Order: sequence, then structure tokens, then C-alpha cells
Amino acid sequence: MVQLLDPEGRLTSGADAERYGHYISALDDHTLERFWRDMVVARTFDRSAANLQRQGQLALWIPSQGQEAAQVGSAHATRPQDHIFPSYREHIVGMIRGLDPVKILALLRGVTLGGWTAEETNRFHQYTLVLASQTLHATGYAMGMQLDGTTATGNPESDEALIVYFGDGASSQGDASEALVFASSYQTPQVFFIQNNQWAISVPVARQSRVPLAQRGFGFGMPGTRIDGNDVLASYAVTRDALESARAGSGPALIEALTYRLGAHTTADDPTKYRPAGELEFWESRDPLIRTRAFLESRGASAAFFDDVDGEAADIAADARKRSLELTAPDRSVMFRHVYAEAHPDMVAQEAWLAGYEASFAEDAS
Amino acid sequence: MTVQTMPMAKALNAALRQAMLDDPKVLLMGEDIGRLGGVFRITEGLLDEFGEQRVFDSPLAESGIVGTAIGLAMRGYRPVVEIQFDGFVFPAFDQITTQLARINLRHDGKVNMPVVIRIPYGGHIGSIEHHQESPEAYFAHTPGLRVVSPSNPHDAYWMMLEAIRSNDPIIFLEPKSRYWPKGPVDFARNDIDLHATRIMREGSDVTVVGHGAMVSTLLAAADIAAGEGKSVEVIDLRSLSPINYAPILESVEKTGRLVVAQEAYGSVSVGSEIAATVTERAFYTLNAPPIRVSAFDTPYPPASLEADYLPSPDRILEAVDRALAY
Repeated sequence: MVQLLDPEGRLTSGADAERYGHYISALDDHTLERFWRDMVVARTFDRSAANLQRQGQLALWIPSQGQEAAQVGSAHATRPQDHIFPSYREHIVGMIRGLDPVKILALLRGVTLGGWTAEETNRFHQYTLVLASQTLHATGYAMGMQLDGTTATGNPESDEALIVYFGDGASSQGDASEALVFASSYQTPQVFFIQNNQWAISVPVARQSRVPLAQRGFGFGMPGTRIDGNDVLASYAVTRDALESARAGSGPALIEALTYRLGAHTTADDPTKYRPAGELEFWESRDPLIRTRAFLESRGASAAFFDDVDGEAADIAADARKRSLELTAPDRSVMFRHVYAEAHPDMVAQEAWLAGYEASFAEDAS
Repeated sequence: MTVQTMPMAKALNAALRQAMLDDPKVLLMGEDIGRLGGVFRITEGLLDEFGEQRVFDSPLAESGIVGTAIGLAMRGYRPVVEIQFDGFVFPAFDQITTQLARINLRHDGKVNMPVVIRIPYGGHIGSIEHHQESPEAYFAHTPGLRVVSPSNPHDAYWMMLEAIRSNDPIIFLEPKSRYWPKGPVDFARNDIDLHATRIMREGSDVTVVGHGAMVSTLLAAADIAAGEGKSVEVIDLRSLSPINYAPILESVEKTGRLVVAQEAYGSVSVGSEIAATVTERAFYTLNAPPIRVSAFDTPYPPASLEADYLPSPDRILEAVDRALAY
């Protein structure tokens, strides 16, 4: 398992540190502070959104608490030209790429089925709720990069690559295996990033796989690397390395980030029914924020810096909360829009029928 | 000479070739479609002409083929996917119904899904299990998909070209028992919309409606009926989603009688939908209840029994007689 920052926030030494250390030493203070800032924003926004759900303002919330290092590190490993295919828990990855968090809240508030396009969000694609479906979309998209000739030209400043996120549960889906087959067969420029947060709702990862998920990569013909998913530096460096290799034409790679879902699967879940005693406490002691903060403090980050970040994160969460409360149901005619790209007689007729039906009540009242 | 006589298989091949010449974004994907030209040879010669960047011999995984086609469509390509046989589309059913059919909607129309899924379908070929299915109802039931099926070479050519030009996902059902009978194709004249029903034979006593391979059965039945002094109007649906009802309703207004025939199971079928809709919209013009003629609600039987299983001209005529008896 690749770990560059130990749970106490000290840089590790050894073969992995030698292999990946140059990615870390190339990062300036500002970038490292940005990692921290994004992790805090993720957690603060997450808590705020969970509260919104408890207050009846969201149908559901999908927490990401505990997975901030895996998400923030890998997101910063992408280049501007890269595409990102998320699952549905990568809120901070989207926000790092410029996604307005209110759009995530809109999805969970029941006012849209989508909410954004990759064009509007610096190439962060929509969430996909059917597990592992997005792994194939990503692979097809990466095949498109090859056909377009926008990858593997030898220029890392413009060559495209792609990262697709999924989880330990989704790794059991047939689509995940098919995506690995297609990616390997066509040598697509992509990284499969598994966040192994130990639980697929109530089922432990041992039921999904008897071997580390990273080992599956080799069976499909690509390197698989297990990383400490609570180590933001390992997440950044190993993902960066895999993306640079993919964009250079060396083919796909699989990364398994070993992390932990500190919260529930969703707000509809109750992990107290299935988590063994002591497990949560163990992982809380390995909270990714603890070690990142210790690392930055050891580099001289000031108390004022941490306070500023806390304040900024609270502002972002409060602003998203406020704007989300203003989101109202769209006009009922919206359900007929865009079911088809081109004119469709049944949509026209059914929309007209509903309008007439609604209008009939107004006539009755008059 | 713009009219040539050829089998539907060649007409489809010509349409794919023309679409690829017209638009460099058109790609072909599927199992065995490259070097072999597909198990039915519909893509024959296209790998040689357009190369491996346009014609993919895919890994053997239907969900993977459709799922990657979706990704390519997101990237701006127009994939035409071949599913090798009707009974093998189901591994891709999730990608087709939960993803392909809804991506345009989720993106408020900003990400179209111009994907054509070609499926050779239907029976009459004496093959083994999963090779003679008629799965159209599953797809016609799914919002976001369009479902079409040509019955003859001319329609096959023009419907394929239109399907590939459409910005919506299209399930293109190819009646495999009609792949090889020849018919005229007018390469200069596209005379009807992709989703329009077509009157194939005019008549005044009973309206019979079908699609795909059933149309030739209906025409054969109409011939026999004519010899018995009964005038049968034959309508080719061509599109199963949406269904173009106006010509059907006009015809029923004239004849007062409707028989709907299909190779698919009759229960909860496209034929059921047409019978119900015509009853709703044209109740007072009907002189008899709409009658469905379908396969039985059993899995497609061993091929040695298929003649008993599929609607034949005789079974169509039996239904016509029942309609006339009211």
C-alpha cells in the first residue's frame, strides 16, 4: 500500500516515497494549503447538507465524510484538459473543478434529474446512480479521445486523460469488469479510481472481493495500485502518475484507495446496525484531516491560516444552504422537455392534455 | 438508374456505407462486425473501406458495447451498434434503458445520444434458443427510445439513414427472416418519414396492421382473402415508438374492423397498445372488437414447432373472418 504521509502527518521514506516523492516535492505551500482547504470545505459542506436533509429540505444526502483525502488528492492530480466521471459521492471533486454545490443539492432536493453538463463544470460529468454504469461511459469517452487524436501526442500540457470513480460495492458489477476489459483492449487513456470505503451500504468489502481490489487490475492487463486513501499526498501522487502515464499513451491503470466512510451510506442508512464495535473509532483516529493538518503545521502553517479556512468553508456551506432553500419545483411542463432531442408527438399530446386538465380546475372554480 | 433490386441485407449495408461517407463521426461497433462482416454480413466490406478507427470488432460483452457507445456519443460520435441476435440484447438492457434512454433528459437536451442499436430479430429461421426473439415491447415501453422496424429493402435503406441522422437513440429492429428476399430500393427517393406508418395495400373490409417480417405474412393473407372476395387493407407500422396512429385510425374509419398481428408475445405487447388506442379513439367507427394475432405467451419453442407458434397467413385469415362475423 502506497503511503506518503503517515497517520501522524510525517512524510514516509522507502521505495514508494522514492518513486512518488518528486510529485510531492514539486508542490508549493500554496498548493498543499489548497489541499487542506478543499478537505475542510468538503467536510463542512457535507455536514451542512446532511443537516438540510434532517430538516426535510433534501430527499436524501450522500455523505463523503472520511473520504476527503482520496477525493481531494485525486481531483488535484487531474489537469484542466482531463475529464472526470464521478459516481455520486464525489462532491468536492466537482467543486474543485468548478461545480456549484447548489447543483448537487438541487439533484438531492428533487428539482432536477441531472443539473449540470461537463462543459459547464470544467469536464466534471454528471453523477450516475446505477452503480458502475459510468465506468463504461468513461471508457467510451476515452476511446473518443483516441479517435480525436487529443491524447498520446507527447505533449502533457494538452494531451487528454480521464479518471472514473467507483466504489468497492460497484466493483462487483459486471459493467465495472466490462469497462476494465474494454479499457485494456483499446488501451484507453484512463484511470479507474476505486474508493474502497469498506462498506457497500451494509455489506463489507470482504463479500465483494477476497483479494485487494487493486489486484484485479493485473488480471485485466493493467497495473493496479493500492494506496492509503486517507493520505492526500499518496492520492495525489499515485493518481498523477497514472494519469500522466495514460495521457502519454501507456494505457489504463487501476487505483484502489483504502479509506473509510465515517458517516452513513446515505441519510436513509443506519450504520449502527452493521458496523462492528470499535471500527468507527479506529478509523476516526485515522481521519484524513488529522494527518493533513499535522503535516501542514509541521511545515509552519499558522493558526490563523486554519481559522481562515474554517471561516471560508463555513461561508461556502452557508451560501450553498441559503441558495438551495430558494430552489423550487420547476414548471410541470419540464417533465416533457428533453425526453427526446427531436420533436415527439406523444410528448406534445401528453403535455397538452395535462395543461388542459389543470386548466379545467380553473374553469370549475370560476 | 436510381432503382435497384436487392435484398434487405445489402440495402442495410449500402445505408451504413452511405452514412459513413456522409459523416465521419459515424462509427460501427459490435461483435464480429469487422473482418467477418457480422454474422449476417450486414457490415461486410466496411472494415476494409473505413478502417479500424471507424469499424470496431468489440470485445464480447453487450453492456460494454452499448456503455462505451454512450461514452463515444457524449464525445460527439454517432455509434451504430450491432447486437448479434435479439436474445443477446438483454445484457445491455440496463445501459439501454437506464442510461442511453435518459442521458439527453438529464442534461436538459445539451448532451444528445445519437446512437442506433441494430438488432436482428424475429423467427422463421429455424434456429436455436435466444436466436428468434421479438423483444420490441421492452423498448417501446421505455421513454427516451425510438423503436423502428423496416419490412422491405427500400424502407431498410432509408430508415437506417434517417435513424443514424436522428439525435435520439433508436432501437433498429431488423427482421432477419427478411434479410435475403429481394425488393426494389430507390436510392433517389425517400418518400416517407422514419416514424410514418405506410399503407402497403388498400382494402375496404378489414384493416390489418403489423411490422417487420409480419408485413409479408399480412400481404400473403390479403392475397388469399382477395381470392375469397374479401378486401383487406394492409398497414406496415414501421415505427413502434412513437406509433403514427392517424393512418390506422383513418383506415379503421373506412373498414370498421382491425386485426393486429405480431411475432411477439401477445400479452402486454405493441399489438395490445394499438388495439387499446384504436378502441379509445375510434370506438364508434368499429363494427367489431380489435383482434390480436400473436405468438403464444410461451418462450419461443424448439424450432421444429415454430410453424405452429408464429402467426401464419391462415391464422391472420381466421382473425379476419372473426372480425367480419360481427
